[in-house]
Amino acid sequence: MKVEAMMKTEVISIRENVSIEEAKKLMESHRIRHLPIVDEQKNLVGIVSDRDLVLDRIPNQKSPSDIEVQSVMAKEVITCHPYDFVEELLSIFYEERIGCIPVVKNNEVVGMITERDMLYTLIQLTGAHQPSSQFEVKVENLSGKLADVTAVIRNHNVNINSVLVYPGETDATKVLVLRVQTMNPIPIINHLKSEGYNVLWPDTSGEFV
Amino acid sequence: MTKPIFVFSDQLLSYKFSNHHPFNPLRFQMTYELLKDTGVLSDDQIVKPRKATDEEILLVHNEDYLKAIKKAGLGQLPESQRSSFGLDTDDTPIFKDMHEASAWLVGATLTATEQVFEGKTKKALSLGGGLHHGFRGRASGFCIYNDSSIAIEYMKQKYNARVLYIDTDAHHGDGVQWAFYDDPDVCTFSIHETGRYLFPGTGNVSEKGAGKGYGYSFNLPVDAFTEDDSWIPILEEAIDEIVKFFKPDIIISQNGVDAHYWDPLTHLSLTMKSYRKIPELVNRAADRYTEGRWIAVGGGGYDIWRVVPRAWSLIWAEINGIELQGTLPEAWLTKWQEKAPVDLPSCWDDRADLYPSIPRKQEICDKNHVMLQRTLQHIRNEKKSV
Repeated sequence: MKVEAMMKTEVISIRENVSIEEAKKLMESHRIRHLPIVDEQKNLVGIVSDRDLVLDRIPNQKSPSDIEVQSVMAKEVITCHPYDFVEELLSIFYEERIGCIPVVKNNEVVGMITERDMLYTLIQLTGAHQPSSQFEVKVENLSGKLADVTAVIRNHNVNINSVLVYPGETDATKVLVLRVQTMNPIPIINHLKSEGYNVLWPDTSGEFV
Repeated sequence: MTKPIFVFSDQLLSYKFSNHHPFNPLRFQMTYELLKDTGVLSDDQIVKPRKATDEEILLVHNEDYLKAIKKAGLGQLPESQRSSFGLDTDDTPIFKDMHEASAWLVGATLTATEQVFEGKTKKALSLGGGLHHGFRGRASGFCIYNDSSIAIEYMKQKYNARVLYIDTDAHHGDGVQWAFYDDPDVCTFSIHETGRYLFPGTGNVSEKGAGKGYGYSFNLPVDAFTEDDSWIPILEEAIDEIVKFFKPDIIISQNGVDAHYWDPLTHLSLTMKSYRKIPELVNRAADRYTEGRWIAVGGGGYDIWRVVPRAWSLIWAEINGIELQGTLPEAWLTKWQEKAPVDLPSCWDDRADLYPSIPRKQEICDKNHVMLQRTLQHIRNEKKSV
């Protein structure tokens, strides 16, 4: 998935000479926590977060209506491009410990992505937002295993909403997490078990075997 | 004093996908006969339903969906159009005259609604209803039209009512929740097995409503293998506090009985003890807060032989203030034992050693209790600040 498919395109940006007080009001009224700062040519010159606007970070104890945002903004902004992949962005959020990344194309801010947008994308990737049942199959770490499992499901006329492949406890195994669009996954589970698969499924002794 | 009513007719038994589908209308007939044979259902309490009109179905559903269901029932819906309406899977496959069968179920719940609001009765049971997974434009989880959503919208528009919906099916009542997610005049509460594995996967405690409806959706997901001892006290607390908070004009309760230990589709461990208690708690809430107005509908329940007839009969008994104890009628047992692939239990209550004890019992209890706190957190906080 590319960044342009998930970014917010209605960008609220401000000029560098806007006062801190005004910037705060803007954040409150739009319920956002980051504002990109642009110059006359709409080029990105900085970014402020709600935490940059907290009073004790502001020099000289001046009134917030007298200080311009450029005195507190971060000037070296981490940005991304609409054609970047979502996976790359996840690493940037994680490593840089930031909450928001402006999307820049031809020097212009064309979108914004927050941590929350990333989480929503992850929810969609897991398929958990659509009615479905979930089960997990522990398989040997060999090529072709996923195809074998889905070949069984194919016999049951059931759509697969999502597939995740988790690493097992050791390199020898993987766990396939499947969300299937049915209220009655029992026939599939029984079928998989009869073919010798280790299906992880609620069990009285623990959450699963 | 007006008597409670029981909505029933043979048309309600026509909602049937196929002979091997888990959703089987035979359970409704078995319940009806069990009540008859027990001698607690008199003919003057039975009301025949009407069929819902297109306009009524459109109170909730989209027009293209209604048209598609009608076409599908006549065998005229092209294969390419089935998947977008949820009609391409084994959960909700197409069957002959599916529109009519579904419209009868909706009509049954609407009949119950009219009987209550027109003062003919305070309490009504419509076991054909409770199809809580139906979405505006899509069939899901054995459900085509969402009778409860339609009845709630009907009560709102026609009688200007504030409605509390209580859903004790083992699956999350997603269709009803999403239909009224931003509506502050309809409060939905669903207790269900966590969606970690179980369909539909939603019903997280954090789903509390949106916009003006924020705070009016309640979800209480419980752990797999939850037993009566944990389910009953948390349900009691939840119902008490929610009904006090919302002050509804009427309660509509969905009575899926698939949280029983014997149910093949879920992983909860309830017994008949819970199925005595659930209607008792709802009835008490109705008597205290809605002048007794209560509509009970059916829902899931896939052990049709051993669980559903007894559990549903206990709702009718509670509604009428009748105690059902001891053994089931001999005639009923003889008739249905011949057809059943399993041994039918002979008593109203389950035997004490129904299942082996669950090793994680205490942990499950603790987790459910923490979940209850989170479910009720926003109304408990509000109370403190007053």
